[in-house]
Amino acid sequence: MPPSICALCTANRAVILRPKNHQKLCKPCFLITFEDEIHETITSNNLFRRGERVAIGASGGKDSTVLASVMKTLNDRHDYGLDLVLLSIDEGIKGYRDDSLDTVRQNARDYEMPLMILGYDELYGWTMDQVVEQVGKKGNCTYCGVFRRQALDRGAARLGVQHVVTGHNADDMAETVMMNLLRGDLARLSRTTSIITSTPSAAPEAKAATTEGGLPSITTIKRSKPLKYAYEKEIVLYAHHKSLLYFSTECIYSPEAFRGSARALIKNLERIRPSSIVDVIKSGEDMARLVPGNEDACANDCATNASATAAEDEVQGCGSAGGKSSESMAKMEARLRENAKAEENGLETEITSVTVEMNSLKLPNGKNKASRASDSQPRRKKKVTQQVMGTCERCGYLSSQSICKACVLLEGLNKSRPKAEIGIS
Amino acid sequence: MADTGDNVHLTVEFSGGLEMLFSNRRKHSVSLPKISPKGTPVTIDFLVKYLCDHLMKDSRKDLFIMEDNVRPGILVLINDSDWELEGEADYEIQPNDNIMFVSTLHGG
Repeated sequence: MPPSICALCTANRAVILRPKNHQKLCKPCFLITFEDEIHETITSNNLFRRGERVAIGASGGKDSTVLASVMKTLNDRHDYGLDLVLLSIDEGIKGYRDDSLDTVRQNARDYEMPLMILGYDELYGWTMDQVVEQVGKKGNCTYCGVFRRQALDRGAARLGVQHVVTGHNADDMAETVMMNLLRGDLARLSRTTSIITSTPSAAPEAKAATTEGGLPSITTIKRSKPLKYAYEKEIVLYAHHKSLLYFSTECIYSPEAFRGSARALIKNLERIRPSSIVDVIKSGEDMARLVPGNEDACANDCATNASATAAEDEVQGCGSAGGKSSESMAKMEARLRENAKAEENGLETEITSVTVEMNSLKLPNGKNKASRASDSQPRRKKKVTQQVMGTCERCGYLSSQSICKACVLLEGLNKSRPKAEIGIS
Repeated sequence: MADTGDNVHLTVEFSGGLEMLFSNRRKHSVSLPKISPKGTPVTIDFLVKYLCDHLMKDSRKDLFIMEDNVRPGILVLINDSDWELEGEADYEIQPNDNIMFVSTLHGG
């Protein structure tokens, strides 16, 4: 095969075939094009304002490493005037997070950004290692996801930062769209497709709320995804060609997570037609706009969405988007198989049981009180119909329920924690 | 490394998490016959099968290949160039080539 020439500079040898438009680019042209497109996403969505302090949610993985690098490059090049900091969450998983945090520390040195690491033990009194010891390896991703979501917000509040950017990429977005379509969750579809998931303006009550120290309260934290339209392939190639150091070992508690069905589907679609990833995102956005009664029909839910769902959209959990899919998709598939079997055997399928199952889908198999608590959710939902924005009675975090998911999960954990101190002295 | 006799020497690299399937080593020196048993020059396709049969100690072949092809989501770079620009699996391996397999599937 004769070498291809770069479509932009028409001088260098092309080394990259862009998945979204089949453009052939050389290394320098690719790097600048990739950065320019992120810049375009940032400016056309008005993601930042001058002087803003922004925390980059950093896991040490490819996405957040590339995000940190690109943010620094663009902030310098286009003079955004942003004050960038790195924020990492330590779930407390020995042999996994320890190592990835070393990568984040290196990033902090390389990009000259301050770094804050916040641990689950510090926030919740439980490390993930302890949670797994308690609940087992099935369903632990739910805890991790719920805890991480709040942890980023709490960490941001401590840093005095009102805006957190995360490394969600186009493949993640397409996968989320697919998942929500397959689940028929139209309400969530409309929230998760937006580039900003939580804004102070969408949370009027919370806006005023500040902690005693005058720091922003956790309810005013805004989230955005500057890499929303960036292909995973290009993110990896960007890291490769810029020799960025990133960490790529799978979480020890979900070693097979990346084999999730939705993820595999997206990767297979990409192989057939690379533009399908962006097409799926666009379709998701368009469908979200068509969701009936965007204002009224989902008043129960959506009214509080802009930020309350902030807590929900990452419920599924682990750092790799694959974790979410495999976790809940596997359960969904098992349920579908069971239903099919039941039909074959002429057994009745109770509709009610299905609804209950859907509700507890995100929760572990009823091993603790947490899943039982979810059974009462539908009733509670009705009560909050008129509420614009709820906060958790216990921790003050934004929640559409009277008690937020993290507190529900913690209650389950704490109830079953052995109370050693009551023992014989 | 020079090209000697009937073998072609090349460097194979794994990253993005794939190294765990190959003895946790990133860089491997590999020597292939110049001509495959079919009588044709060796290609990436041949290399991938060779790696599965000889280099991979891990039993989870399906994390690397799928239906005899490189698993979707794994990028292949031939001397730092996207294999899609080089003929993909049909690319004929040259002496001293550097073939890199990068997984995009692992956590962000």
